[in-house]
Amino acid sequence: MRTTQHEPHEETLGERLRSQGISRRGFLKFCGLLASSMALAPAMVPKIAAALEQAKRPSVIWLSFQECTGCTESLTRSHSPSIEGLIFDAISLDYHHTLQAASGYGAEEARAEAMKEHYGKYVLVVDGSIPIGNPGFSTIAGISNLDMLKEAAAGAAAIIAVGTCAAFGGLPKADPNPTGAVSVADIIKDKPIINVSGCPPIPVVITGTIAHILTFGIPELDSLGRPKAFYGQNIHDRCYRRPFYERGLFAETFDDEGAKAGWCLYKLGCKGPVTYNACATLKWNEGTSFPIEAGHGCIGCSEPNFWDFGGFYKALSIPTGMTGQTAVYAAAAGIAVGVAAGAMNKKAKMDADSLHKTVTVDELNQESPS
Amino acid sequence: MNEVDFLLWVKGPAFTVAVVIFVAGLVLRLFEILSLGRKHNFAVSKGDPMQGGLREMWRRSIPADKATFERSLFTIVAGYVFHIGLFVVIFLLAAHIALIKSVIGFGWPNLPTPVVDAFAVVTMIALIAVLVHRLRHPVKRFLSKPGDYVVWAVTFLPLLTGYMAYHHLLLSPQMMLGLHILSVELLLVLFPFTKLMHAFTLFLSRWYNGATMGMRGVKS
Repeated sequence: MRTTQHEPHEETLGERLRSQGISRRGFLKFCGLLASSMALAPAMVPKIAAALEQAKRPSVIWLSFQECTGCTESLTRSHSPSIEGLIFDAISLDYHHTLQAASGYGAEEARAEAMKEHYGKYVLVVDGSIPIGNPGFSTIAGISNLDMLKEAAAGAAAIIAVGTCAAFGGLPKADPNPTGAVSVADIIKDKPIINVSGCPPIPVVITGTIAHILTFGIPELDSLGRPKAFYGQNIHDRCYRRPFYERGLFAETFDDEGAKAGWCLYKLGCKGPVTYNACATLKWNEGTSFPIEAGHGCIGCSEPNFWDFGGFYKALSIPTGMTGQTAVYAAAAGIAVGVAAGAMNKKAKMDADSLHKTVTVDELNQESPS
Repeated sequence: MNEVDFLLWVKGPAFTVAVVIFVAGLVLRLFEILSLGRKHNFAVSKGDPMQGGLREMWRRSIPADKATFERSLFTIVAGYVFHIGLFVVIFLLAAHIALIKSVIGFGWPNLPTPVVDAFAVVTMIALIAVLVHRLRHPVKRFLSKPGDYVVWAVTFLPLLTGYMAYHHLLLSPQMMLGLHILSVELLLVLFPFTKLMHAFTLFLSRWYNGATMGMRGVKS
């Protein structure tokens, strides 16, 4: 971690990796993984390698606001020592208050210096949401999150919102949102923002997005501002349990025969059908598995407001507010109005009866006046 | 409002409002009809009205009269196809059963999803066929009012959006699922106040017709 000293920025990523003892083979393997995860043709691998080789180490400022550090944990504890970690090391991470050695004034000075030196060029990474209910809810060195974000965003070339809190508000924004938490995109409107959502995001998705910015610039984004390369696939469409969904075979509890046989977890609350992420393809822990493979439904953590989806263990089709009791009250109201309407109809009928004039035989026998 | 907010809205407050209007409206309409009552008949009739009513409920549910069946072959067959299809799609899809279970407290086994999917396609084809028939048949066309086309549309839309949400067509699954739920909410809200009410009044009126015919006597 460099906080006060900056290495010369002429050094390219390729040189940096070689000096770290990364073999050409290992490097190309990473490029291949990157290409496949971004759905690029294998022919692109040498191009990615060449572009990465030549990439200059950009200055990165990482701001952590209302977050749990899970996103940083995901990145740093991924597979150590991994080539992704070294790629990460190969960027000039000038400020990250969890990872940097410096603290207090020294740390803040490093941030100010990096912002000044690389104004208009640095990449700003944000994890955590920003409270706008009261600036005092979350501060760093006495500076509110809102002020620090605005100040740092002003000189950023691009912003990467890492994690669902920074991308969409996340847990702090969950109902009833006591801090008035908002996402980065809710505040910053004039900079390219790349949302790398997830709680936390997959490590290779974070590094892959950074690598994409280094090689090809801002990646193609979906309607929610997420890189299509990683968030273009629906979990449900890519799920290995999908055949069980098709056959209508569902686990009813977490320990029944269906669960043991690996049946679909839809009824146990899996949000895979409405979730876009790379979990089902890239997987976690060096491609070991992902939540659904471990027997738990997808909670939809890369989607906005996933905490308020109506319960992690309730099927997607179950309404969030409706209860049987509400239906009973509605029926009672219906009966009450029905009684009133019935009484009115009955009265109309009785009125008609009372107005009915009985015709006598004499009247019938009367000759018409004509 | 992004598409996830929209989905949460249709799953949450909008669904509650729709079900409250549906249930209250349904009960209101049925109660209003039943509370009208009938004059007590003091004359002893020869036939049993109850027996006649029950017989008619059954008899009109099967194509018992050959001449009528042959004359209205298309209407009867297409009508049965889409009604059976609607039953299968609404009540035998796993996701729908999970929803019903959450509201009424119990569920039942589901069919494999592609089977329900096939029923949905057949139902949509049958619904389009009856619409075309209605538009091309001079008498049916003359008798049709705007309300009849509204009822057709609110029945067709949930099928179409549900099919598209399941197959991830056109829009994102969140948006399509949201539109599917919204279209069902439209159906629920209009249900008690349109001809869709026939789902609940059908057997009442069949019974009443049968009871009148089965009475065989003079009313006091």
